[in-house]
Amino acid sequence: MIRAASVLAAEEANNPLIPHPFELVVGIFSFAVVMIVLGRILVPRLQKTLAERTEAIEGGLVRAEEAQKEAQQVLDQYKAQQKAAAVEASNERRKAEEQGAQIIAEAKEKAQAEARKIVEDAKKQIEAERQQALQSLRAEIGTMSVELAGRVVGESLEDGARQSRVVDRFLEELESRARTQEQVQS
Amino acid sequence: MNALTVLASGGDEFQAPGLELFDFPPLFAGGPEWLTKPVVFAVFASVVVCAFFWWAFAKPKLVPRGAQNIGEIGYMFVRDEIARPFLGKNTDRWMPMLMSLFFLIWFWNMFAVVPIIQFPIASHIAFPAVLALFVYFVKVYLGLRRQGPVKYFTNMIPKGLPLPVYFLLVPIEYLSTFLIAPFTHAVRLFANMFAGHMILAFFSLVGFWFLFEKPTAAGFGVGLVGVLVTIILTALELLIQFLQAFLFAMLAAMYIQSGLEAEH
Repeated sequence: MIRAASVLAAEEANNPLIPHPFELVVGIFSFAVVMIVLGRILVPRLQKTLAERTEAIEGGLVRAEEAQKEAQQVLDQYKAQQKAAAVEASNERRKAEEQGAQIIAEAKEKAQAEARKIVEDAKKQIEAERQQALQSLRAEIGTMSVELAGRVVGESLEDGARQSRVVDRFLEELESRARTQEQVQS
Repeated sequence: MNALTVLASGGDEFQAPGLELFDFPPLFAGGPEWLTKPVVFAVFASVVVCAFFWWAFAKPKLVPRGAQNIGEIGYMFVRDEIARPFLGKNTDRWMPMLMSLFFLIWFWNMFAVVPIIQFPIASHIAFPAVLALFVYFVKVYLGLRRQGPVKYFTNMIPKGLPLPVYFLLVPIEYLSTFLIAPFTHAVRLFANMFAGHMILAFFSLVGFWFLFEKPTAAGFGVGLVGVLVTIILTALELLIQFLQAFLFAMLAAMYIQSGLEAEH
């Protein structure tokens, strides 16, 4: 009993459910300090950073999407350009082939024409030379044969007209003889 | 021969620690009466909380590093587990208060197991009372402001019940909202810390007494049990310290939401 009473007496001033006034003040002070430093200064800073982070992440996604779209566009453009270039190249090639063929054809034609011309010229020259040869031969043979005939028959055939008639006759004879000979041979 | 004199007198009989555990003389002889250990460490806790979060959040980076990571874990916990379930879209507006409450109380509580300090600040009722009163005033202010001076009091009464029920319901509702809620808010934290400190002190004193103060062959086992139980209870206390800080902040969020919007 004595002990219990003395315990109560000792604790009368310190009932744990009765707050000490100075501790109330200190509690308010401590909480105020934390509220100001953590609550008013630091938490808003962090919240700002968190908002920025969210934005950065979302913005990053949007930017990545945009970049991908752009890359796709560039790729499409590049592919289209490549296609156009290929078409152009094949066109060029075809044109070049056509041109080449044309050039070859022209060259061929020209060469043929040249060849024909050369052949014709040669023929003409041969013909002319042959005529010339024939003429001189005819004249020479005429005089020679007349001379020969004059000598053989002893008569002088001075009359020119008669002379040439005789020669012509003689030549025709010669020619016909040569032709029959050819026919026999062939 | 009361419990106060147990350690000083060095009596031969083991006596359990009592309420004297919670009484502190001035810090030094002749010092002011108010300058006691709980007062000093109450302020110290607020300094520690401020210092830590200054270290973590003074220059917050988009990509968190070091202390900011730890601080953000704390912030996310308070935001997602305490604030969001009750406050929803109002969460960000009230995060400064809830962060301050949760971390200040947690550090106050943790001082119970920090060597040398070894005293839960919240086991002095003045500290929880100040915080609970603050939340209470915010709650009532918000209720009057947001819901109107009349509507605030009518909103909290459910409608459509038979008339006699109201004779019972209305007093209970008002009593619980305006008197019991703030009281239990403070006392729940206080009582948990008070009891926890008492139990820890008891078992550690058992260990100390029977192993060092008066070692006897018979008392050795008792002392060993005392030490072991102290270790186990310290772990349990760590959990309770966290839980009570969490609960206090959670109730604060709930009360504030009840002020912001009608519940029913």
